[in-house]
Amino acid sequence: MTRRTVVTRGIVVIDVDACKGCDLCIDACPPGVLAMTEHRRNARGYRYPVLSLGCTACRACAQICPDFVFQVWKFDQPATTVVELAVDRAPADRAPADRAGADRAAADRDGTP
Amino acid sequence: MTLPVVPSDRPPDQPARLVDDFTPPLILPGEHHMCPGCGEPAAMRSTVEIIDELGLTSRAIGVFGIGCYTGFSGALDVEVLQALHGRAPSLATGVKRARPDTVVFTVQGDGDMVNEGLQEVIHAAARAENITCLLLNNGVFGETGGHMTATTVLGQRTKNTLEGRDASRHGYPILIADLLAGIEGSAYVARGATNSAGNVARTRRMLKAAFAAQAAGLGFTFVEVLTMCPTGWFIDTAEAPGYLAEHLAPVHAIGVLKDVADDG
Amino acid sequence: MEGSEAIAEAMVAAGCRFFSGYPMTPFTEVLEHANRLLPPVGGVCMNAESELEAVGMAWGAAATGTRSATGSVGQGLSLMQESLSEICFAQLPLVVLNMARGQGDYFQATRGGGHGDYRHIVVAPADIAEAVRLIQLAFHLADRWRNPVLFLGDYYLAHVQEAIEVGALDFGPLEAKDWALDGSSSGSGRAKLISPIIPVKRNAPEPVDYGTHLASIGTRVAAMAAQVEPLVETGGLEDAELVVVAYGTPGRYVRYVVGRLRDQGVPVGFVRPVTLWPFPSAAVAAAAEEARAVAVFELNSGQMVDDVRLAVLGRRPVHFIGGISFDSSGFGIAPDLDVDVVSARILSTLDQVRKEPA
Repeated sequence: MTRRTVVTRGIVVIDVDACKGCDLCIDACPPGVLAMTEHRRNARGYRYPVLSLGCTACRACAQICPDFVFQVWKFDQPATTVVELAVDRAPADRAPADRAGADRAAADRDGTP
Repeated sequence: MTLPVVPSDRPPDQPARLVDDFTPPLILPGEHHMCPGCGEPAAMRSTVEIIDELGLTSRAIGVFGIGCYTGFSGALDVEVLQALHGRAPSLATGVKRARPDTVVFTVQGDGDMVNEGLQEVIHAAARAENITCLLLNNGVFGETGGHMTATTVLGQRTKNTLEGRDASRHGYPILIADLLAGIEGSAYVARGATNSAGNVARTRRMLKAAFAAQAAGLGFTFVEVLTMCPTGWFIDTAEAPGYLAEHLAPVHAIGVLKDVADDG
Repeated sequence: MEGSEAIAEAMVAAGCRFFSGYPMTPFTEVLEHANRLLPPVGGVCMNAESELEAVGMAWGAAATGTRSATGSVGQGLSLMQESLSEICFAQLPLVVLNMARGQGDYFQATRGGGHGDYRHIVVAPADIAEAVRLIQLAFHLADRWRNPVLFLGDYYLAHVQEAIEVGALDFGPLEAKDWALDGSSSGSGRAKLISPIIPVKRNAPEPVDYGTHLASIGTRVAAMAAQVEPLVETGGLEDAELVVVAYGTPGRYVRYVVGRLRDQGVPVGFVRPVTLWPFPSAAVAAAAEEARAVAVFELNSGQMVDDVRLAVLGRRPVHFIGGISFDSSGFGIAPDLDVDVVSARILSTLDQVRKEPA
C-alpha cells in the first residue's frame, strides 16, 4: 500500500444517456481521471465514462466530446485528499492501453452511480 | 490501481462555479445525428465559443454547405444561411458585401469545399473576401456513406476506393490550405484537428486568430479542421484519433500556414 | 440611351443595391452599366468569376434583405438552375435577367430548368419603355412573393437606343423583411435561419419537416398563379378572324404588322403576353373564342405555342408560324424578324384558315 495526496480542482457532471461510447474523452483528459465502463451500459447500450478524484476542471473532455456529455465545475477551493493505493503507480505513469483496461475494471467494480 | 471514483451525476456540494455547460450557449440543446466519435461537433463547439469569446455574436452569420454538419444549421443559436453543396463561399460573399459590418463564416466539408466548390473558395480567397471559411476535413463524403473526395489520402480505403486510393487511377489529394496560403488575398490560413485535447486547444487558437483577422478587416481567413470519421474510415471510434494522426495529418499538415498579422 | 443602360438605371431606381454577373453577349453591357451606377448610390456590383458564383452572391445578398439581381444569357442561366430552384425553396426575392439570344429560352424561363416543383414569375418586355417599367415591377413582385422573378429580354432590347426617362415607380406597400439576416438575432434564442431545406431552427415552436416544407412551395406556387395578375396587350380583337400571339421583340413586330394589315382592311388581331408566367390564358382563350383561328409567331421551334394550345384547349385551330431564325453570329439577330416576313406568314395563314370549314 502507498499513500498519495490528490488535489481535485473540480468535477464533471456526466450525462450518461447522451454518451455514444466513443472513448475520446479518456485520452483527452490530462490527469487521466476518466475511465470507460466495461460492462455497464447506458439506456442506448453504450459504455460511458466514470470520473475519479483529481479532476482539474480543464474542460478538455467537454471540448472534445461529440455528444456534449460533460458539464464542468471548478471548485472555489481545491480539495486535497489522501488516498491509499494498492499498487505503487500513479495512473499517469501507466501506458494508455494498460491504464484503460485497469481503469475500466475498477470503474465496474466500485459502486459508481 | 486507479484513484477512487467520485459522483458525477450532480453538481458539486462544495462551492464551485460552472465552467462549461453541457451545451455551449450558442448551440441549442438537443441531439444531433453525428456518428459516435465524430470530430465535427467539437469543431462546431469551438467555433461558436470563440465567436462568443471575441464578442462577435450579435454580428455573426454562418453559411452552411451540405454534409453531415448541415444538421447544425438548425442547431446553432446563430443566424444561418443554408447554401448548396460547394456554394457557401459565394453566398457568404453576397452577405458580407451587402452587410460589411457582419462577421460571416462558412462551414463546409471536404467533399463540399474541395470537390464541388473548389473554384468558389479559391475565388473568395483571391478576392480577399473578408469572410472566414471553415473546412471540416475527414477525407471522405461522410453523409453519403464514406466515399473518396479530393482530400482523401493515398492508400485510404473508402466506399469507392476499397483497395485504397491509388494515384494511377484516382490521382492525388489536394492540400487546400496550402493552395489558399499561396493566394495573395488570404490573410490567415491554418489547419488544426479535433483528435486530441491538445489539437482542440490549438484549433481554438487558430479560430480565434481567424475571426479576429476578419473583425480587423485583414482579408480572407481560413481554418481547416481535420476531424475523425470512424464510420467513413471503417474503424472503431477509439482508433479514429490515431488514424487521423497516422494517415491524414502527415499529408494535410497541422499548423499555421499564413498569418499576415504576424510579420515575424 | 441603349436598352442595357436603361435597364440598369431602372434597377437602381427600383432600389436594387446588389448586382452580380459574368460577361456574355448580349448581357454584358448590363453588367458594365451596373458597375458604373451602383457604387455611387452605396450599392455593390460584383464581377463574378462564373455564373454559378454570380447567382450565389445574389442569393447571399438577397438573404440580407437587400434588393438584389443577377443575370446572364440563357446559356449562363443554364448554369444557375440548381440555385434558381433552391432560391424558390428558400423563399427569397431575386430578380434574374435573361438577355436571351433569340426566343429559345421560353421553356427554360417558364418551366424552369432546375429540379423540383417551383415557378418563377416571368415578365417579357417588347420595348425599352416597357422594360424600364417591368424591371421595377419585377423587384416589387419578387419582394411581395419572396420568389425569383425572371426578366426575359433579348439582343434587340439590350442594344437598341431610345430616348427614355427612367423614374422610380411605386407599386404599393410591401411587408417588412423581418426574415432578413444581419447578425443581430444571433444569441437571442431566436436566431434566424434561411434555408431551402428546413426553414426553422430546432427550437421553433412549430417544427417543420422537409416534406411539409416542399409541399408548402406548391401551395405558394398555386397562390402566385391565382393572385399575380397576368399582364397582356391586345389589339384588333373586335373583328379578328385570325389572332396572332407573340411575345417580346417579335411581339412588337406582330403588333406593328397587325396594325398595318388592319389599315388595309385585313381582319386580324394580336395578343401579346407580357407575363409569360402566369400566362394570360384567359385573354388568349377569350380572343380565340371570337376568332376563327390562332397563330403563334415565336423565334423557336415551338415553345409558347404549347401554352397557347393549353389556353385554347382545342376549341379553335392553333397554327405555328414561327421558327428558329439566327444570323451567323448566333446572338439572336433573326433574319425572319422582318415586317414583310411576318406579314406574309400572317396573310398566308389567314388564307389557309378561310379555306378550312368553320
